[in-house]
Amino acid sequence: MGEYGGLGLFFLVALIFPVSALIPAFLLQPRQPTKEKRIPYECGVDTVGKTYVQYRVGYFLYALVFIVFDVETVFLYPWAVRFGHLGLFALIEMFIFIAILAVGLGYAWKKGALSWK
Amino acid sequence: MDILNMMMGQGVVSTLADQLHNLFMLLFDNAVVAGFLMKCVGIGAILGIISVAAIVFTYGERKVCAFMQVRIGPNRVGGRFGLLQPIADMLKLMSKEDIIPQGCDRVVWALGPMLLFVPTALIYAFFPFDNGVALADVNVGIFLMLAISSQAVLPFLISGYASNSKYAFIGGMRTVAQMLSYEAPMVFSLLGVVMLSGSMRMSDIVNAQSEQLWFILMQPIAFVVFVISATAETNRVPFDLVEGEAEIVAGPFAEYSGMRWALFFLAEYANLLSVSILTTVFFLGGWNGPFLPGVVWFGLKVLAMVFVFMWFRWTFPRTRIDQMLAFSWKILLPLALVNVLFTGVGIYARQWM
Repeated sequence: MGEYGGLGLFFLVALIFPVSALIPAFLLQPRQPTKEKRIPYECGVDTVGKTYVQYRVGYFLYALVFIVFDVETVFLYPWAVRFGHLGLFALIEMFIFIAILAVGLGYAWKKGALSWK
Repeated sequence: MDILNMMMGQGVVSTLADQLHNLFMLLFDNAVVAGFLMKCVGIGAILGIISVAAIVFTYGERKVCAFMQVRIGPNRVGGRFGLLQPIADMLKLMSKEDIIPQGCDRVVWALGPMLLFVPTALIYAFFPFDNGVALADVNVGIFLMLAISSQAVLPFLISGYASNSKYAFIGGMRTVAQMLSYEAPMVFSLLGVVMLSGSMRMSDIVNAQSEQLWFILMQPIAFVVFVISATAETNRVPFDLVEGEAEIVAGPFAEYSGMRWALFFLAEYANLLSVSILTTVFFLGGWNGPFLPGVVWFGLKVLAMVFVFMWFRWTFPRTRIDQMLAFSWKILLPLALVNVLFTGVGIYARQWM
């Protein structure tokens, strides 16, 4: 059984483990749902309106900037592994690549995607 | 012979594992079955470690908190030191009623805490607990570990979204912003470690540290960036805006009770342990250390890191969300990029000399 086979087996076990933790609790716990208990908890104040309201777009701007940087890491990691063997060329190339990244970050910064307004 | 193996550097745990493998081979006389059983033993051990860690850390956290605030802490259940407190907590959580909030999306709501456990536990497969002891010591270790651990964002988001509570909803959105923002500097800080060790395999990284210096000395900037981002990734104080009990009750957990809530708690402490293990593996030399067996050194270093994270929790006040996100993007990320440049120049200079 290879290492990835072990990982796959662990994935299945990790899916089952929470269920096996919930079953004894399911057998033990009392069940007396009342209307008041089931109201969404908002510090004792009655809920006003729907939960799925409009929210600020700022959260998504962070996610978008993150995706850019996360994709860059896919390129940077294999390069980092072989760095010791690639010599001066790789070093200069890295300067260029990180400069491009820094320009991207600077652009997002300037455009205000990183500030919470 | 076994003692000789231990002296030669093969760890205690790995010798035990070899013995167990031999026993399975004797019993079943089949390499596939024996291999499968060994994987099962490994998985059981990891789940055991996670469960025990959650129990010990709940107690430890309260005792550390009490120590720092000059209190006594748990002292009623189980003798003077309250040693049975975590057992009492667990029994209480098990017997609590499972309240399903009105108007929630039931299936997604129930899936949230269950799915959260999967990425949290799965990254333990890559950790080298001792020389040659890892469930899956794959050559893309760091990469796969980062990919899996970033999936933990989704369960938080869906449980916040499905709860039909405004606090949970805000908590879910905050989780996304926070965990994504701090993942970028975390990933970039680990680049320096990968460059120095020339491998993404976790055991190679530890071995590289026994050949060179511990990476905390060679990569001090990366260490600081990593520890700060790890604190944010685990949603602990000073970056616990996701839960922020004074602001949004408990964030995504607000509508969960009983055992479902305990699953969130389990994941939180499993995360605390896993970031401590990661810090140990990447920066503190893993199982390396004189005199004692490797696994003991590993445990001591991990516990020291756990204590540091608990120390943070009871030392710093909570940050504001705009400050926290600005800190990640405007300070930590440029710092991590500069660290990559410095490391590159340093490695090249060393080759040239």
